Amino acid sequence: MPVIALAPGYTGEVRDRVENFHGNQLVYFGWDQHRLFCSPFTLPLPPDMPFGALVDNVLVPLLGAHPEGAAIDWARVEWLRGDAPFTPDAQASLTDNGLGHKSLLRLRTPGLAGIGGSFN
Amino acid sequence: MTTATATAMAAREAARPKLSLKDKYAVLTRDLGWDTTYQPMDKVFPHDKFEGIVIHDWNGWEDPFRLTMDAYWKFQSEKERKLYAIIDAFQQNNGQLNVSDARYVNALKLFLTGVSPLEYAAHRGFAMAGRSLRGVGARVACQMQSIDELRHCQTQIHTISHYNKFFNGFSDWRHLHDRLWYLSVPKSYFEDAMTAGPFEFITAISFSFEYVLTNLLFMPFMSGAAYNGDMATVTFGFSAQSDESRHMTLGLEVVKFMLEQDPANLPIIQKWIDKWFWRGYRLLTLVAMMMDYMCPKRVMSWKEAWEIYFEQNGGALFKDLARYGIRMPKYHEQAAKEKDHLSHIAWGIFYNFNHAAAIHTWVPEPNELDWLAQKYPDSFDQHYRPRFDYWKQQHDAGQRWTNPGLPMLCQICQIPMAFTEPDDPTQVCYRHAEHNGEHYHFCSDGCRDVFLGEPEKYVQSWLPVHQIFQGNCGGATLPEVLDWYHLKPEDRGDYADSQDRANWQRWTGHE
Repeated sequence: MPVIALAPGYTGEVRDRVENFHGNQLVYFGWDQHRLFCSPFTLPLPPDMPFGALVDNVLVPLLGAHPEGAAIDWARVEWLRGDAPFTPDAQASLTDNGLGHKSLLRLRTPGLAGIGGSFN
Repeated sequence: MTTATATAMAAREAARPKLSLKDKYAVLTRDLGWDTTYQPMDKVFPHDKFEGIVIHDWNGWEDPFRLTMDAYWKFQSEKERKLYAIIDAFQQNNGQLNVSDARYVNALKLFLTGVSPLEYAAHRGFAMAGRSLRGVGARVACQMQSIDELRHCQTQIHTISHYNKFFNGFSDWRHLHDRLWYLSVPKSYFEDAMTAGPFEFITAISFSFEYVLTNLLFMPFMSGAAYNGDMATVTFGFSAQSDESRHMTLGLEVVKFMLEQDPANLPIIQKWIDKWFWRGYRLLTLVAMMMDYMCPKRVMSWKEAWEIYFEQNGGALFKDLARYGIRMPKYHEQAAKEKDHLSHIAWGIFYNFNHAAAIHTWVPEPNELDWLAQKYPDSFDQHYRPRFDYWKQQHDAGQRWTNPGLPMLCQICQIPMAFTEPDDPTQVCYRHAEHNGEHYHFCSDGCRDVFLGEPEKYVQSWLPVHQIFQGNCGGATLPEVLDWYHLKPEDRGDYADSQDRANWQRWTGHE
């Protein structure tokens, strides 16, 4: 049952639909096995932003706050869209890379095991 | 009236035997209710059937305390007089200077800003439940609990008022509750319960929280207050405790009553118990952190408290309920796996975002890190100490580390998605669902199940981070949002650099 409500056929207003974000969409971004950042990030981004621009202009500066951030070899990282591995096209937009509103993008950096190998 | 008549009446009055407790209870509860005739009962009480709970006989309701309103006023006013006398004495003697350390006050900030508005919400919730249920015994019990909760809120406001004169972070507690990102965790928990029907509300609050989980809030926290010299909070705790035991009994009674009324009620109640166990457990994340990190003198670890108050005591309760067909709440095994991690994860969240919180955080002292390592031999040194070492090193170098972004939140508990996979403490746990083409994300299987149970309810969640990006929180920059929260610079940031700490040293000469 979608809801237990007094009124039959009750539906809720979807509070986070994409129209509410002024032309942006949300993309969640997490760096696997790096928990110094306590949780993944919420990023408001233009859907037509090229994936390469996301990496260069948003993710690189963001991960610079981690002591291993500068050591990431971006040519060799692995990406997941949700749970599934995928190969992004750096020239193509987020939308064309299948990253829609409220999608989850995960980064894996084999060889970087966090502070002192503790996955922090 | 002549003197003679008055004398005669007084004599008759004296000769009339006093009502027995049982009769008095009947007169002051059951006799106050009646079946309506001008309007059908279903129109007068339109809210007590849509949840699917079937009640055949409201007279099956037994109030084990048999408390009546006149006795309630008498007992509570006596208790209240004592409580306020002690709060007065605490204030006049500058009792706040006797707490173990000003760091402790941050536990109070979290408790008083997080919980006091919930007491008020509970007052409203039980008033609504009392109005909604057609059985008079249940209505009277709800009425008393409603007044209890209002009293608790009032006494906590008196405590806030006192601490607010000396410490930062208390001043705008009511405003913070509606806006601040982490206070949306307790707020949304309670609003979830209040927007359900009366039976779910009472199962959520009276049974799942008050009966199953409240000991984890009260016992360690009130003993924590005592250990840390906070007699104002201890006194409140003792005063509230006698009410709490009545609330717990109400919680158990209401669940047993529903189960005894009709077999159709069992699956509904089990679903509520599963849901509200997980919702309450996630809320207690904040308590785990208070126990392990925020009380400078520690009573017991979160892990020990969970083992005693949930695994042992709660386990016994559910064994007792097995004869009704009730089983342990779903995902209690995951809670058991998390007990080695919960408080460390929570403290990490607040350390990350201390620039936007009304409490201070800190890296624990070396002896405190050792205590954590001793209490958490399977997790602390391996998974958590390295981050504290790094943070301390950064802070010592004058670069207090903070998170440069905004977190991803769980759609249900609204806590940043910081919890790790039950079987892999190195990796954040991601759970996902799609509903009408929209994506929703969760911190755990428990929160995902809550969503799937009623997606049309939770698509409406007011998630603080999303609200910021929608432009509903004062502006697009961090200073604008902090201003909208009413967070002043001295309310937030590391304890080491705080005005609270500087004041404390000036007042006490202690480090």
